[in-house]
Amino acid sequence: MNYGRKVLLARFALIVGAIALLELLCRTGVINPLTLLAPSAMAAAMVQVIASGQVTSDIIRTFSTVAIAFAASVVVGIAAGALLHAIPRLRRAMDPLLASYYAMPFFVFYPVLVAFFGLNAMPLIAIGFAAAMVAMLISTLNGLDRVPPVMLKVARMHRLGRLRTLFLVVVPAAAPSLMTGTKLALAYAFISIIAGEFILSGKGLGYQIAYAYNSFDNRTMYGLMLFVLLVVTVMNSLLHVWEQRLLRRRSRA
Amino acid sequence: MSATVAAPARVRRTTRRNFDQLLIVLVLLACWQGAYEYAGSVAVTSPAGTVAYAASMLGQMWFWGDVGATAIAFAYSLLIASVLGVALGLALGLWRFAADVTEPVLAALYTIPKVTLYPVILLLFGLGLSAKVAFGVIHGVIPITLFTLSAVKGLPPVLLRTARAMRLSPVQTILWVLTPAVLPEIFTGLRVGFSLTLLGVLIGEMFASQRGLGFLIINGINLHNVPLTTAVVLVIVLAAIGANVALLAADRHLRRQR
Repeated sequence: MNYGRKVLLARFALIVGAIALLELLCRTGVINPLTLLAPSAMAAAMVQVIASGQVTSDIIRTFSTVAIAFAASVVVGIAAGALLHAIPRLRRAMDPLLASYYAMPFFVFYPVLVAFFGLNAMPLIAIGFAAAMVAMLISTLNGLDRVPPVMLKVARMHRLGRLRTLFLVVVPAAAPSLMTGTKLALAYAFISIIAGEFILSGKGLGYQIAYAYNSFDNRTMYGLMLFVLLVVTVMNSLLHVWEQRLLRRRSRA
Repeated sequence: MSATVAAPARVRRTTRRNFDQLLIVLVLLACWQGAYEYAGSVAVTSPAGTVAYAASMLGQMWFWGDVGATAIAFAYSLLIASVLGVALGLALGLWRFAADVTEPVLAALYTIPKVTLYPVILLLFGLGLSAKVAFGVIHGVIPITLFTLSAVKGLPPVLLRTARAMRLSPVQTILWVLTPAVLPEIFTGLRVGFSLTLLGVLIGEMFASQRGLGFLIINGINLHNVPLTTAVVLVIVLAAIGANVALLAADRHLRRQR
């Protein structure tokens, strides 16, 4: 058995073990079922809630909101990152702002946004965009910084045009950072949009979880919670696998 | 000689940078004022009004009571998250297999929307200080672990080989090789953890507390007390940015020393 296999197996065992332990603690009554449902019950509740169709519109709402915020933040983040990289003076001036951006608990701006746009998807898109875009921007800057100057010199020696330099040299060299940015942007968009739905919203998965909590509907609450966690984890794992494949191809090349 | 020639240029550069930064602050303030003009006082108070309100708030006892509540919860959270995160990161970093096994799991945990866990935290810890601290810790501990872990993993192997070649004992290796080599990265992790822990504590206060700055915000939202909300947000943002700028300076200082 090679090393990679062993790592995967151990990881699998770790996760399964943790879930089994939780199940055991819940079934034996060490953890009060009013506090935490057993994982099996949670999964059953999830299937039931999803199959009943009563949250389908909320699922669509949340995912479309995340998709819009994510797409916008990736496009704008890359463009703004490239712009800042091209204008060092602007970048130096923006530097303290960028460095402190995530120190700001910016979801507190969410109520202000609701007052601005009304209680619809717009403030959620805005807060998701605000959370995700800067991560993409910073990753873009990092990526552009890490393009080895020697590669650019080689590109010049081969007399590559601007576009070809960009797509054949700069983008591949910056790809790992761009990947990281994409992953962060997706996660941050999800986190802030669900948080926004929690605080103030009439629709969406976050709202439904908060609603179930307030009406002591533990089964729905844990079912939806599990659903959100599963979806986010699966999406991130897919991006992670894709990233690893990109990196492997690079190291082979 | 060259230093005396370079000095005025450096001063000029710094002045220009300060000027640019001032310009950006002014642009942000103008945006704020514009938002106020557009939406009116039902959504946001004007910059001048907010500063005036915040100044009067800073002179009142109740406000400092809430600051104290947040500060205590934050201090506990940061302490627990730092100790736990650094210890876990060091252990995993030195044990390569465990690191490879757990790193994607930790990264996945980092990206889940932890707000969804708030009912669980509430049910486990009840309302009050411990729930806030728990919220802060779950937000802060994973980035600190991941930064520490990658610092130890990214350690140039030549350092450890040199330590072995010089027949340093494990304690000496940790003390004189490992610690100085990973300290800047760990500090970066702590800086990031600092922000996220604060965020976690504030979220915890918004949902699970009757005291603290987060509670003031959510209370202001519920009572439609726009001046209060905006002023508290301003104070938090300024404090967070101030702390971050100080930590960033310390961070850069550490890195330069190496």
